[in-house]
Amino acid sequence: MQVADRRTAAEPATREMFYNEALGDAIRLEMERDERVFVLGEDIAEHGGAFQVTAGLLDKFGPDRIRQTPISELGIVGAAVGAALTGLRPIVELMYIDFSGLAMDQVVNQAAQNRFMFGGQARVPMVLRTQGGSGRGNAAQHSKSLEAWFTHVAGLKVVMPSTPADAKGLLTASIRDDDPVIFIEHKLLYRTKGQVPTGEHLIPLGRADVKREGKDITIVSWSREVLLALDAAQRLAADGIEAEVVDVRSLVPLDIETILTSVRKTHRLLVVHEAIRRGGYGGEIAALVAEQAFDDLDAPPRRLAGVDTPIPYAAHLEKTVVPQVDDIVRVAKEVCS
Amino acid sequence: MTMERKTALELYRTMRKIRGFEERATALFGENKIWGTIHSYAGEEAIAVGVCAHLRDDDWITSTHRGHGHCIAKRADLTGMFAELLGKETGYCRGRGGSMHIADTSKGNLGANGIVGGGIPIATGAALTAKQTGTDRVAVSFFGDGAANQGGFHESANLAALWKLPVVYVCEQNQYAESLPVEKEFPIPDISKRADGYGMPGVRVDGRDVRAVYEAAGELIARARRGEGPSFLLADAYRLEGHYYGDPRKYQSKDEIEGWKTRFDPLIDTREWITGGKLATAAELDAIDKELAAEMDRAVAAAEAAPLASPIRLPEDVYASR
Repeated sequence: MQVADRRTAAEPATREMFYNEALGDAIRLEMERDERVFVLGEDIAEHGGAFQVTAGLLDKFGPDRIRQTPISELGIVGAAVGAALTGLRPIVELMYIDFSGLAMDQVVNQAAQNRFMFGGQARVPMVLRTQGGSGRGNAAQHSKSLEAWFTHVAGLKVVMPSTPADAKGLLTASIRDDDPVIFIEHKLLYRTKGQVPTGEHLIPLGRADVKREGKDITIVSWSREVLLALDAAQRLAADGIEAEVVDVRSLVPLDIETILTSVRKTHRLLVVHEAIRRGGYGGEIAALVAEQAFDDLDAPPRRLAGVDTPIPYAAHLEKTVVPQVDDIVRVAKEVCS
Repeated sequence: MTMERKTALELYRTMRKIRGFEERATALFGENKIWGTIHSYAGEEAIAVGVCAHLRDDDWITSTHRGHGHCIAKRADLTGMFAELLGKETGYCRGRGGSMHIADTSKGNLGANGIVGGGIPIATGAALTAKQTGTDRVAVSFFGDGAANQGGFHESANLAALWKLPVVYVCEQNQYAESLPVEKEFPIPDISKRADGYGMPGVRVDGRDVRAVYEAAGELIARARRGEGPSFLLADAYRLEGHYYGDPRKYQSKDEIEGWKTRFDPLIDTREWITGGKLATAAELDAIDKELAAEMDRAVAAAEAAPLASPIRLPEDVYASR
């Protein structure tokens, strides 16, 4: 098949884009570059996707490559696994991460494990794009943060971008990756804006990004909570605390080195995530730091995460169960005290 | 229809090879050389053989936990299969998969599957590849009657019919879903009728009759190759050795087990058909049996002589790129 080099010399180097637009841009460029890439999912064609990520792509690529499906999560994820095993590079969209339970056998027992079970004979180059998180009053079945489910399965990669530029660069890398990638967006990020490279933009998986430098405390986070951590860092600075904010970007593979380097400088660790605390990925990071940099720590590693409840509906209730900027400021101060 | 002697002997040979493999695997299991569990395909050989005779190496299949027969019918190498069961480095999956996960992607075998119905959506996806890339390749999904009640079958059948995908769903109705008899699985006597509800042809054959399977599968596969869409083949059969090696079979009567063994063994039927139709003599069939037994000896010996699978490279097989 044709793999064309798409250079966009005439375009400006960057342009302001929404997060969902940046994702769509990555998909478009990869579909132009490699005809094995195609998208399947619910409402992705004329409707442009529930969050308008694939808007405009139907006209450009037609209904075979922007393949709208019936509501059959297991069937469509399984079809993506089969297509990936046989040489295509599907991007399958699951409208809400909460629906992944319907498809979980194909994700966990098939996509993740085929390569290993078959002794390395197979590869499953597929991206499962989905979105999670609270903040829109969608209640418990449409608001969860379930990344820890996927990080606990050997064979999957888990990516959670926080900015439009990262969204484009990491999705590009995920599409080119030869393993199944669970690419988790956040429903409140789709309408955030940022400067995004207009041409090919590739951010390798497994590289954390220091979004803000500081010397007093390391705040490790991902997805939307990175933005809240950056707001919190500004307020902490006013009180004389310089927080370093590390955005892990991909949970698997995890760039533990960047986290350790930061902790060795600040001597304090706070991990912040929206998912509920019990069994959350923050525990994994705290444990890794405790194991590998215990002597560098001046305070116990700390987790700030979602309350161990389902996400409630009402706006005022919803806010109380996931970390807000105030919470991050308060807990960071405790860690630094 | 009179079948060519060559085809008849080829079908018989592959059926006998599968039976021989199961006999050797059972013996090795009895000698504690095989770890885990194995599920014998004995009694169902006519289905895999009759279907796969129409498949090319670039066509795909998905198989089941009872998958040895599908592997062999899709022309897998016996030594690699035995080596896998014995946990050897030369096994198809280098000891990572075992009986329930043997795959041979070079021959289009996308793997046995430990999840009942797990291969059905995957075969559907392979058929999507065939269609998307404009080829005449086809996919066949083998599964049992138990899997026909999984949601994945329903979802996949609907997708395949909607998109006219070149896939044949082959349901091996071997009378039991583990221990549950077929009359307690379905409220209807003939689930091939379900195909109509999906908008695809449904055909039912005697799965012990390799001629019947060969003819029915030939038409359905040719149809898929012509771009006319999916179909459902229901093949009645019986697992002669129970669900797994050592199954106490408390859910079956002795009379039932003995009756099937003596009256409904597809290998006996096939021999009778070939000798009765003067396609070959019993002596010629015996010669094939002997040849296969020697081949089986060589395969087992080579597998036993191979080194144990190395644990050192385990992490390398988890991810293709890192």
